[in-house]
Amino acid sequence: MKNDIILSGVGGQGILSIAAAIGLAAVANELFLKQSEVHGMSQRGGDVQSHLRLSDKPVSSDLIPHGKADLIISVEPMESLRYLPWLSGEGWLVTNSNPFINIPDYPPVEDIITEIKKVKNHIIIDADTIAKEVGSARSGNMVILGASSWFIDMSEGSIREAIKNLFGKKGEEIVEVNLKAFMAGRAYTAGIRS
Amino acid sequence: MKKLLLLGDEAIAQAALDAGLSGMYAYPGTPSTEIMEYIQASPEAADRKVHREWSSNEKTAMEAALGMSYAGKRAMVAMKHVGLNVAADGFINSAMTGVNGGLIVVSADDPSMHSSQNEQDSRFYGRFALVPCFEPSNQQEAYEMIFDAFELSEKFRIPVLFRITTRLAHSRASVSGREPVPEKKLTLPEDPGQFVLLPAIARKKYKNLLSTFETVKYDFRLGKYNNFSDGRKRELGIIACGIAYNYLMENISDAADDFPVLKISAYPFTKELIVDITSRCDEILVLEEGAPVVEEALRGILDNGIKIYGRLDGTVPRDGELNPSIVARALGLPVSFGDNVPAVVKMRPPSFCKGCGHADMFTALNEAVNPFGPGRVFSDIGCYTLAALPPYCSIISCVDMGASVTMSVGAADAGLFPSIAVIGDSTFTHSGMTGLLDAVVKNSPVTIIITDNSTTGMTGGQQSQATGRLRQICEGLGVASEHVIEIVPLRKNHDENVRIMREEFEYKDVSVIIASRECIQTATRRKRTEASAE
Ligand SMILES: Cc1ncc(C[n+]2csc(CCOP(=O)(O)OP(=O)(O)O)c2C)c(N)n1
Repeated sequence: MKNDIILSGVGGQGILSIAAAIGLAAVANELFLKQSEVHGMSQRGGDVQSHLRLSDKPVSSDLIPHGKADLIISVEPMESLRYLPWLSGEGWLVTNSNPFINIPDYPPVEDIITEIKKVKNHIIIDADTIAKEVGSARSGNMVILGASSWFIDMSEGSIREAIKNLFGKKGEEIVEVNLKAFMAGRAYTAGIRS
Repeated sequence: MKKLLLLGDEAIAQAALDAGLSGMYAYPGTPSTEIMEYIQASPEAADRKVHREWSSNEKTAMEAALGMSYAGKRAMVAMKHVGLNVAADGFINSAMTGVNGGLIVVSADDPSMHSSQNEQDSRFYGRFALVPCFEPSNQQEAYEMIFDAFELSEKFRIPVLFRITTRLAHSRASVSGREPVPEKKLTLPEDPGQFVLLPAIARKKYKNLLSTFETVKYDFRLGKYNNFSDGRKRELGIIACGIAYNYLMENISDAADDFPVLKISAYPFTKELIVDITSRCDEILVLEEGAPVVEEALRGILDNGIKIYGRLDGTVPRDGELNPSIVARALGLPVSFGDNVPAVVKMRPPSFCKGCGHADMFTALNEAVNPFGPGRVFSDIGCYTLAALPPYCSIISCVDMGASVTMSVGAADAGLFPSIAVIGDSTFTHSGMTGLLDAVVKNSPVTIIITDNSTTGMTGGQQSQATGRLRQICEGLGVASEHVIEIVPLRKNHDENVRIMREEFEYKDVSVIIASRECIQTATRRKRTEASAE
């Protein structure tokens, strides 16, 4: 078993919460894991990515080779395309549809969606709206994790458990909202795939 | 012991705590910052009262760590690679004095310059100072090495350099810990002259240092990290240093028996290791993150020995960090690639946060200097350096911490008017104060704007030594009180701020404008903690 995952977004969008949830689940599943993060300058509203590698064998490189990623999980649509050189032919791209516009030359969203649709396996999800529906606009990242979870070789239960651990300190209510968000995202992808 | 999921930085911090650390000293700098942050957040460190306050700069951190070592306790100092330039005087002379308690100097390099001005390779400093240097390839190894580094440091009474690079610093993996070692007791050095580098003593000590550097390489604590594993192929032997070993293994793990591989993770290494692999193989490929340090040593000036591939002949790019694809290409293996990035994808450089005071300060400054034409605003390193980019395009320099002040003085000497420096509060106390003193002493007609957000913003909001002390510092250095002017960079104060700036440009001596507004990131975090504490 091997899952090479690229997480992408814009500095400040909190992609590391997704990485942390997957990481916790991977540890509970006794998988080998390497997760390279971006700290520093780009966190000020620049493009950020994280390479997350899970395997039942030891992982050598902290970085995923080009063309070998099984999954891109993006919290921002334009950013999802920035990492296509890493995506394998059979890999999945799962992205939020809501743009984060902090540059003057941000392209028309339709053009971005057109490009995303050219990727063989893709899921475009309006995570912001779904997050609001389940009760917290701030749980969008868990919606996207839910939508991606079908392509990660770990059980639904173990990822749910990880989310509980991740948000446990913040109280029961926050845990519930994030679990709901995760399940809503998961259901969205199930609907598309069936 | 429990397995922990740790960044490379955190593995180093946890290891140091487990190895009986008594004092951690640092100034923030990507990618080294999380070492100190981990120790500051550690309940264990708090229980034990491990010293863990930020220092004003890397030099003060280095020297404080040396003082802890003098008193017989284990100390660690951490910085980004360019920080070692600032600490270099203390660092190189600490090799001369030697240590008492174990002393580790962590320097985090940033090849490809993700968050830095250059990609200098700290291994040069190891050789330069004649101290051993560890270069871990993964988080677990980093953890183990810290124990060996402290032991080695105490056995040979020498500081030890610990070189990491961005990918290791900021990559998480599971690490299993060891049984903790107790802290050392306060004991003074046996020789009261050990730290007195008067020439007569220094000459003797230098001879000792030279001979230690020759013998230390045979110590098993270094030797065990330099491993040779033989392979069937005789055509090509591979030398892989530090994290480059991972990229190599990523490519050849299925055929690992094929290639003779020498993994180097500790310096200096023995000549025997090199003789061994070069005598078995027809040609050698050297893979190293950063500068071609090992490759250059192997080639020598004459370069007339065994055929060597590496960064110097273009087999591997001369600059930039390695990755699995670069290494695949160097090995002549097929390289995979997904789709190209579509043209609709635009660059997204970092930018000021919404609600950042620096932005309003630069809007005012742009208007104030506009009549004088471009090329008059020197600046420095921090979030405010983003004003070099559109739409602001306000500043013309970002060189090294503190250089805005001193460059503005030099340019004023040359006749530039107005000559202005913009410097952050933390950068000012790091290295701006001494330059300001120069300006005061020579009555230089410069305007220094301290853009004060009460934090060390760029590196994630660490405490700033300057907070609440700026006026006192400037007056203490001799700037006339009425020309230390405090303003609040808010849009509603724009016209007033422009007017004040223009007035101060015209003043024919040093003036300082302190533009204070709390960083929006730290303000938000503070409000959240205050709210949850209620
Ligand atoms: C010698 C050296 N040490 C550390 C750094 C890393 N560094 C760059 S900017 C910065 C902080 C600057 O803080 P401040 O001056 O308060 O400006 P802010 O980012 O808050 O605007 C640091 C620590 C560096 N580039 N060089």
